[in-house]
Amino acid sequence: MGTRQYGRKTSHSEPGPGDGGRTGSWRVTRPILDEQACIPVKRGAPACFICWLYCPDGTISRTVPPKIDYEYCKGCGICAEECPTKAISMIEESCFIKTDEGEK
Amino acid sequence: MHIIDSGNVAAALGVKLSRAQVIAAYPITPQTPLTEKLSEFIESGDMAAEYVPVESEHSALAVCIAAASTGARAFTATSANGLLYMHEQIHWAAGARLPLVMCVVNRGVGAPWTIWNDHQDSISQRDTGWMQLYVNDHQQIIDGVIKAFMLAEEVMIPIMVCYDGYLLSHTYMPFEVPSPDQVDAFLPPYKPAYALDPANPANLNTVTMPDVRLDTRGVTAHGYMEIRYLLQEDLLNAVDVMGSVEARFKERFGRGGDPFYETYRCEDARFIAVSLGSLSYHLREVIDRLRDEGIKVGIMSVHLYRPFPADAIAQGLADAEGVIVFEKALSYGYEGALCSDIKAALYPVNGSKKKRPFVHNYILGLGGREIKTAHLHEALLNSCTSKASAGRAPQWIGLKI
Amino acid sequence: MKESIQIRWHGRGGQGAITAAKIVAKAMFQSGYPGVAMVPTFGTERRGAPVFTSLKISKDKIYDLSPIERPDIVVVLDHVLLEEGNITNGLKEGGILVVNSPCSLEEYHYNGCTVAICDINSLAIKAGLPEGTINSGIIGALARVWKLVDMEVLIEAIKEEFGDRRPEQNALAAQLAYDNTLIGG
Repeated sequence: MGTRQYGRKTSHSEPGPGDGGRTGSWRVTRPILDEQACIPVKRGAPACFICWLYCPDGTISRTVPPKIDYEYCKGCGICAEECPTKAISMIEESCFIKTDEGEK
Repeated sequence: MHIIDSGNVAAALGVKLSRAQVIAAYPITPQTPLTEKLSEFIESGDMAAEYVPVESEHSALAVCIAAASTGARAFTATSANGLLYMHEQIHWAAGARLPLVMCVVNRGVGAPWTIWNDHQDSISQRDTGWMQLYVNDHQQIIDGVIKAFMLAEEVMIPIMVCYDGYLLSHTYMPFEVPSPDQVDAFLPPYKPAYALDPANPANLNTVTMPDVRLDTRGVTAHGYMEIRYLLQEDLLNAVDVMGSVEARFKERFGRGGDPFYETYRCEDARFIAVSLGSLSYHLREVIDRLRDEGIKVGIMSVHLYRPFPADAIAQGLADAEGVIVFEKALSYGYEGALCSDIKAALYPVNGSKKKRPFVHNYILGLGGREIKTAHLHEALLNSCTSKASAGRAPQWIGLKI
Repeated sequence: MKESIQIRWHGRGGQGAITAAKIVAKAMFQSGYPGVAMVPTFGTERRGAPVFTSLKISKDKIYDLSPIERPDIVVVLDHVLLEEGNITNGLKEGGILVVNSPCSLEEYHYNGCTVAICDINSLAIKAGLPEGTINSGIIGALARVWKLVDMEVLIEAIKEEFGDRRPEQNALAAQLAYDNTLIGG
């Protein structure tokens, strides 16, 4: 499988999920948002979004409430560190057990 | 229009006629008046470009890399230690496949400090993936800059246009300045396949894994080695592209026509001298004198040094009995770099006499040491008459040790 | 070597020897000499330090840009330079020496050469130039003794070169120098 037919001659990556593989499996701790403490949720309007701004992998959405994409979140914990209201906690991944209906 | 001016003005006019859009340069020693002239053109409104004064040569090239990444035609110039200070970004520009044009106004490098001419600065950058063009007079400077933009943009590889510091940069001689219409008809605007665009964001040249990878679209993308292979492949192919650019230039402007090298009295020559830059014109005087003395000798002036047009050079030298390489630079610890390249090009060759020519190497003019016609004559005469008696080490001309 | 006329100019940093040689180069080019090359020999320039430049003129293209060793003409912008170094080194027999000097012609003898002297400093002031502006005047002195170049072409080249920097006064200085140059040998 060669890359000659690929259009570019340089290293070129586009924003989007998966350029480094499905990195969600790398997580040791998982960020969990407490919506009661989250500024945009409390105001009911777009605000703060410091978690969205700081996430190095772009896995947090700029929405009310912010959503975290666990397929790609590597669990670095920067969002929890930066959140001004401490609305995000990092929880041991082992606490989440797979069931037929999904994770709990 | 014919004018008389300095080599630096010839270069600046070439850049202006090529409609470069971004100029970034460090203005202090070892810079030359070339970039001052460009800043004057821009300040007076004669040239529509952004001039970015920076705090170092490293930054100058970084600005050009950024500018070319957004799709702008960018230019910078430097010399000597300024070029060496760029070194990391020089590699970067080639790997990023940005068609920058840079004039290298050749000067010696420190230590000890020197401001005078030799070729050590650009020769030491020959392995960076840039193309290198060496020119011999003011006409070739202005024409070379214009051709360089075309060649660089067709193969997406940056290029240095190298001309001798002081000997050409500060010398006044006549040259023809083509009209803007002529140049516009020759050189189309720069349109890269991808330019940075907020609507289509991309990461360029991030950490690239040793192996190939799947990108976000699920398509296999290059690893580091594929990207570097393509640079080498395109550099080798650039030899033919240069031939085509030169042919188009000659058709439109009626000048030039020697994409790889220029020869003088080589047709029946038993011995051929080889060199780069203005020295090869100086050697013409010596060739004439030796011809008068009955020695069949000619001079080959190499224009395209990287990519090295090995086949064409081997063809041009194969029938000679001897090749004498005069160099203003040295691969310290061995011999002149051009000499090594020529020997390598000749290795597979069997000339009409079924024997490879001997190759002699002379080192001269380092740090601006005056090159006397009489010394050139003596050296060339020795090589033509004593044949292959010289040892492996290069011989030095004008050394007073 | 192809036929060429070689003029070596000696001055001091800031005196304008290179500008003067450039003006003559342009005038010669306009007078039908396609081969002109003016090659300054640069050091680390300092005001007042000796400098020189080589002007080669030919009907053919100039390929050799090395400094002139056997000049046909030596032009000296400051007569004191003659005492400091071997300024006339290599001057051809029967060549021309042009000197900006307030001294009398009798003081200069060079081995069968034609000597032209002119007190350009005082003539330049007479022409309305600031003290020490001598590079336009020296061209007039050269033109007087070197018949190959036409004074009218030179005057035009001077006006063009100086542009908005006292072109008329510079042209006048050249004319005054032309009229007041003494020739001997």
